[in-house]
Amino acid sequence: MKAQMITESQPSTLISEFPPRHSFLYKFQRWEWMLVALILLDILINVRLSPFFLDARNLSRTSSDFMEIGLMMLPMVFIIITGNIDLSIASNLGMSASFMGLLHNNGVNIWVAALAALLLGTLGGMLNGYLVARVKLPSLVVTLGTYAFYRGLAYGFLGDQAARGYPEAFTYLGQGRMFDTLIPFSVALFIVLAIVFGLVLHRTTFGRYLYAIGNNENATLYSGVPVERIKFIIYTLSGFMAALAGLILAARFGSTRPDIGTGLELAVITAVVLGGVDINGGRGTMLGAVLSLFLIGLMRFGMGLLNIQGQVQGVVIGLLLILSILLPNIAQQASFLKRFQRNGQLVFAVLGVLLMFVAFLLFFFWSRAPILAGG
Amino acid sequence: MTAQTPTAIQTSVAREGILWTLIRFREAGISLFIFILVIAVTLRAPSFLTLDNFQDILLNISILAIVALAQTMVIITRGIDLSVSSMIGLVGMMVAFVVKENPEIPVLLTVLLGMALGTVLGTFNGLIITFGRVPPIIATLGTLSIYRGLVFYYSQGTWINSFELPVAFKTLSKGTPLGLPNMVLIAILVAVVVYFFLNYTRTGRDIFAVGSNPEAAQFTGIRKQRITFLVYLISGLLSGLAAVLWVSRFESAQTNTAAGFELQTVAASVVGGVSISGGVGTVTGVVLGALLLGIIQNSLTLIRISPFWQLAAQGLLILIAVISDKWILSRLERTDK
Repeated sequence: MKAQMITESQPSTLISEFPPRHSFLYKFQRWEWMLVALILLDILINVRLSPFFLDARNLSRTSSDFMEIGLMMLPMVFIIITGNIDLSIASNLGMSASFMGLLHNNGVNIWVAALAALLLGTLGGMLNGYLVARVKLPSLVVTLGTYAFYRGLAYGFLGDQAARGYPEAFTYLGQGRMFDTLIPFSVALFIVLAIVFGLVLHRTTFGRYLYAIGNNENATLYSGVPVERIKFIIYTLSGFMAALAGLILAARFGSTRPDIGTGLELAVITAVVLGGVDINGGRGTMLGAVLSLFLIGLMRFGMGLLNIQGQVQGVVIGLLLILSILLPNIAQQASFLKRFQRNGQLVFAVLGVLLMFVAFLLFFFWSRAPILAGG
Repeated sequence: MTAQTPTAIQTSVAREGILWTLIRFREAGISLFIFILVIAVTLRAPSFLTLDNFQDILLNISILAIVALAQTMVIITRGIDLSVSSMIGLVGMMVAFVVKENPEIPVLLTVLLGMALGTVLGTFNGLIITFGRVPPIIATLGTLSIYRGLVFYYSQGTWINSFELPVAFKTLSKGTPLGLPNMVLIAILVAVVVYFFLNYTRTGRDIFAVGSNPEAAQFTGIRKQRITFLVYLISGLLSGLAAVLWVSRFESAQTNTAAGFELQTVAASVVGGVSISGGVGTVTGVVLGALLLGIIQNSLTLIRISPFWQLAAQGLLILIAVISDKWILSRLERTDK
């Protein structure tokens, strides 16, 4: 009995003598390292599966496919760290790009049109910011409303028309490469902005306030931090970046339709959360988000080379998103395993559920076979 | 102890007179809004106020109402189910394949099959959220893309057309043996069942308790995890039902069936007065919310607003609804002081 007590009390002193932050192993437990390992694993598998994977030209072309997501991801990291969300970014992208297309179709100079689009996108962000920060509506509700509103304006601007015939100087934004290298302009822009956003988040008071708001908004408010203004700023920033992403995407496509960028908001949120940013706010790093974007990009590129459809790739990305949160949680739930041993009822429940999933899968494959065989 | 919770809640509401009238006013508000809209549209387009048109509106909102009611139960527990649209897409495609291959299958069996398949998908969501402790928005965001991906994998990009479906299956939603289209009757039945479930059963009251104060609910002996699991299971079940009706109504199953529908269901709930922070919501409100969205869509077409501006008008309306709701609530707080 006495020996047991001693062994129980010893670990606590051990921990305080050697703070975990200083240990080598602790650093490897960070999510960013996990992402690096996953990226290396993905590269290793893909190199074995396809000889085209490491082709520099291919990589250069595919990297620009993810820059719209990347640009919108940067302010989204800020927003999610404060414990909020912005579902309207892809719609804002569509609204801004369509507005530019409308002006372009009416003969306005492309750069004036682009500037107007940036302005409109920023205004869209300000509206979100006003409703979230000032009117104090839940961000999910506000941006769900503007999600429909902004996309609706995009359809209103262009209808069933498309805008095309942008001058080459403009399409350079989406298609051009830096000087004579293989680095696309949009990638260079993203890298520069990612560094700026990262420095703001991790090296400025403003960045610290974002974490503070995410951890305890009331306490932050009572410490004299202008919470309202900060929220307004990050939503405005989100609107501006969505419009910028819209310009890049329109330039890459060389045309604009009102449904441009539909559904990208979910891709952005997936990248941020997979990057280790807590959806409830208060935790996460810019590096993690950038690494996870890199991982998603490489995975999608690799699966694309293997002729896997884009939507089927979504199964893998979705599973990765869920598992990234599920696995650490399950590991922590030792109590669940203990109950599992004691409670006979639970065994039956687990068996029942497993049987149900197996039956579902059998039915899934059985029912599709005759039609696919018949052509 | 728990059995008394519903009465305790009701008396506390009834005691504060102003609060009670204002909560009733919230549903009166949306009713008034619908009434004004109906009169205004009828003045512009008399064909709006005909039995045929009204039946058309009801047909259009039946599926929305069914899924919005499921979404409401999830939102009341402070969760959200973004995967409903993908569940409808996947179950709809699977049922359509089965019906095409076995045209003699009884229609009732297809409905049961759809509900069973939906329940499996809902169970998967529920397990991830309760046992895996993944936040609902992440879990269902993940399954949104997983289930949608499975639709593509399942069908390999093919789709089921109207001529491939038997007549009996197609009339399931539109037949009118009892005066109204079956689909409308099914939606009414679902609304009535959900109404009694939420208001008059212990489990139903537990859903509200978990949403308004999870910790307190747990201290009173409510099994929070079970209730949470249950609402996602129900959401899958009703999405499965909606999937069968969807395929029957539109006479086709495509890979992008119902894509984007999840946000419409959230919109109907929120416009109907369901609080996104949990614990608040009524069946009547949500049905009225779905009705309002349906009437707006219908009337925008009738008064010849370009279809391209309709989405913007809907979005603006959702914003107006939630802002005015917030305004009423803040007025309410002031009168309390």
